[in-house]
Amino acid sequence: MSERLVIIGNGMAPGRMLEHLFDRAPSRYAVTIFNAEPRVNYDRIMLSPVLSGEKSYEQIVIHDDDWYAARGITLHKGRRIAAIDRERKTVTSACGLTAFYDRLVIATGSTPLIIPVQGRDLPGVVTYRDLDDVEAMLEAARPGRRAVVIGGGLLGLEAAAGLLRRGMEVTVLHLMPTLMERQLDGAAGYLLQAELERRGISVICKANTKAILGTDAVEGVLLDNGTELPADLVVMAAGIRPNVALAKDAGLAVNRGILVDDGMRSSDEAIYALGECAEVGGMVYGLVAPLYEMARVAAARLADDTEAAFVHADTPTRLKVTGIDLYSLGDFAEAKDREEIVLRDASAGLYKRLVLKDNRIVGTVLYGATSDGAWYNDLKTKGTDVSAMRETLIFGPAHQGGAGQDPLAAIAALPMDAQICGCNGVCKGSIVAAIGEKGLSTLDDVRAHTKASASCGSCTGLVEQLLSLTLGDGYSRSAVTPVCPCTDLGHDDVRRLIKAKGLKTIPAVMQALEWKSSGGCAKCRPALNYYLVCDWPDEYADDYQSRFINERVHANIQKDGTYSVVPRMWGGVTSAAELRAIADVADKFAIRTVKVTGGQRIDLLGVAKEDLPAVWADLGKAGFVSGQAYAKGLRTVKTCVGSDWCRFGTQDSTGLGIRIEKFMWGSWTPAKVKMAVSGCPRNCAEATCKDVGIICVEAGFEIHFAGVAGLDIKGTEILTLVKTEDEALEHVVALTQMYREQGRYLERIYKWAKRIGLDEIRRQIVEDPDRRRAFYDRFVFSQRFAQVDPWAERVGGKDRHEFTSMATLNHPQAAE
Amino acid sequence: MQNRWHPIGHISDIPVLGARCVKTPGMTIAVFRTEEDVVHAIENRCPHKGGPLSEGIVHGTSVTCPLHNWVISVETGQALGADEGSVRTIPIRNEDGRLFIALDAVVDEAAVMAAA
Repeated sequence: MSERLVIIGNGMAPGRMLEHLFDRAPSRYAVTIFNAEPRVNYDRIMLSPVLSGEKSYEQIVIHDDDWYAARGITLHKGRRIAAIDRERKTVTSACGLTAFYDRLVIATGSTPLIIPVQGRDLPGVVTYRDLDDVEAMLEAARPGRRAVVIGGGLLGLEAAAGLLRRGMEVTVLHLMPTLMERQLDGAAGYLLQAELERRGISVICKANTKAILGTDAVEGVLLDNGTELPADLVVMAAGIRPNVALAKDAGLAVNRGILVDDGMRSSDEAIYALGECAEVGGMVYGLVAPLYEMARVAAARLADDTEAAFVHADTPTRLKVTGIDLYSLGDFAEAKDREEIVLRDASAGLYKRLVLKDNRIVGTVLYGATSDGAWYNDLKTKGTDVSAMRETLIFGPAHQGGAGQDPLAAIAALPMDAQICGCNGVCKGSIVAAIGEKGLSTLDDVRAHTKASASCGSCTGLVEQLLSLTLGDGYSRSAVTPVCPCTDLGHDDVRRLIKAKGLKTIPAVMQALEWKSSGGCAKCRPALNYYLVCDWPDEYADDYQSRFINERVHANIQKDGTYSVVPRMWGGVTSAAELRAIADVADKFAIRTVKVTGGQRIDLLGVAKEDLPAVWADLGKAGFVSGQAYAKGLRTVKTCVGSDWCRFGTQDSTGLGIRIEKFMWGSWTPAKVKMAVSGCPRNCAEATCKDVGIICVEAGFEIHFAGVAGLDIKGTEILTLVKTEDEALEHVVALTQMYREQGRYLERIYKWAKRIGLDEIRRQIVEDPDRRRAFYDRFVFSQRFAQVDPWAERVGGKDRHEFTSMATLNHPQAAE
Repeated sequence: MQNRWHPIGHISDIPVLGARCVKTPGMTIAVFRTEEDVVHAIENRCPHKGGPLSEGIVHGTSVTCPLHNWVISVETGQALGADEGSVRTIPIRNEDGRLFIALDAVVDEAAVMAAA
């Protein structure tokens, strides 16, 4: 009599196992299957095409009823097993059906994670796991209705794309900062998001769902930042959890999944587990390739082949959304002993990243062109030493071979009619001819004569290679200092291209400008963050992780790790009440040093980081706001007492200083900006060594700029003389905005002015009133978003994590 | 000696490309989270002048110290580039987002400090 084999679950893994088993040992077992789902085995990978309407259920069935009948398999559809009795070797279904087994296979798969929020049980909230879910979604999907998909991983994005095809308005919410963060790095995640948005799917990252709204049916989703999104359908695709309850109740060893050895055998030797519910070698799996490998091993073991063993292999990930080409393989986290090779082609929307360790590929992320994925996978699997083809590895197998070693070989091999500059339609032949005929020797020459690389600039590298190729040693690259080793572009090019190409996020800049690292460095990220804050004040979300600590916590770090706190004292004027409040704070928080600064205000030194919000709360009650003494932004406006008190005073210098400070505080600039207003040429406020200074005279206001008294000492230059306070303010603001828009990050005004030329600045600010007004208006617009007191925000709870420890372990011996 | 693992919180408590501190009697530990959601724990003390590494800008698997811009690998604790020095690394485990650190090293140090 054949042995009795009982299988719990009828998904793809046990289905594949049976195929192998009937090949190897057709009559060995009498097989009984209990399937909780009322169906035969179908291809769950193809649920997305069913959802989008590209396929029907019938087309994705793997084993139809005849298949089971032909093999004498008893298939109980819609029968959920409720208990396993290992003593008696039986399984019993919820409806009371009992079956004896000699060997048992558990393939209970996994269940979707349901986020534990209010409203999760409302009609219209579905998961995305099986055909029932797809039918529920199709039920709700009507053109024009709104769907919110929670989870921007593989499943969630496939669901979103399917619902979009059904005509719904789709929003994807994702908890992490970038989509598919398990499979993609930030750069590729950004490209994916941009493509989905181009197709009409809204994507909200860092979105934390607080509740699902509705009374009788789902009406919307509420995020923890207060955003409400209307929804007729909510799809939960936030992850899966192995179904281990049945195994656990039966007393089998269970961790995240059911623990099995490399022969898929559980802690009970008569019981096997495979599929998404199994944990082998510390891993649980969700992609089909390893699950099918489990099926092969389990079938072999059931056929008494003791050699078969499951070995972990990285499985490439692809997203099954028509027209989106991405590929991810292996481990692409950065590490000290790893190197990366990055290729970006902005015009083609291409991103390729290889991660190498000991000259071997350990991980790959491809976006836009994935045809080389198989080749990289092959190199990785075989552990091929790639040092010999390193230079050309990223270009793929087509560029390997004898000539591949010379980096100029690729461009040399291009035909003369190959287009180099897409913006201006310039081909290789035109550039080479112009270099030869006109005797061009620099990039600027080529730009002037051919227009190649003169627009967006993303072909600059190719044009330079053509110069090298044509002129040989006669060409040396231009002396532009790159922003950092992540790019060959200088600050000016980066700023120009951010505006020209409308780049509005750090990942967008890195992709479009073909950054050579995947995530930037401590040098370029703060610079890019400033440029984006300056250029897109209303649209760009400030990236605090790209800011230096002082600007992130709004205080100045000191050598011992404590902070100093400097409240704003408008124009250097204070009062008894303010001083009393400062004294109280100094007492209450035992502040060791209270110091008058060079900018006419008071510095409280030695404040512990965790005390900062409480210090600010007390200062805030007295009316103080942050003095931004830490900012690459407006610091102080120093004043003298002016015509109010001084017998020499010609104008109200104090009042003008306060007016300027109140108008301009909160603005970010390339480097710090210090100002001063003196009431007469005796210049008690020392305005002639400031970034911007005003000297009041009988005839009006003399506006100075580009002074410094720091590492360098330099007196100011005179911009112009104006008659009224209003004109003075307009000139100062316009000058500052011009500097904000043109300065390089960390470049003070005096260096910027030297580079641009004083006459050019006078031409734009003094001689061209329209341009001055436009600068002024842009500054005013930007201030609408910048003038928020950062201290009050943090007293209100913003960025609380910055000011508290994650954990305090007082008595480590006693813990656990 | 077997490591004892102490829960310190969840990975979502740490900003991506950021760090949080864990205070212990022996030292303060900086726990970093990279862009790829890998966590690393090292002593929160730059080998140069003792700067709080947790406050630095995180890039790749390195952090730039806020005091004098030394770049430290959060993975190995080694100073990178031309600088020489290292900080202690602390074993850390990530179980589905729940984080644990092994504190034996810290306990030893606390005992030494208590005895002194």
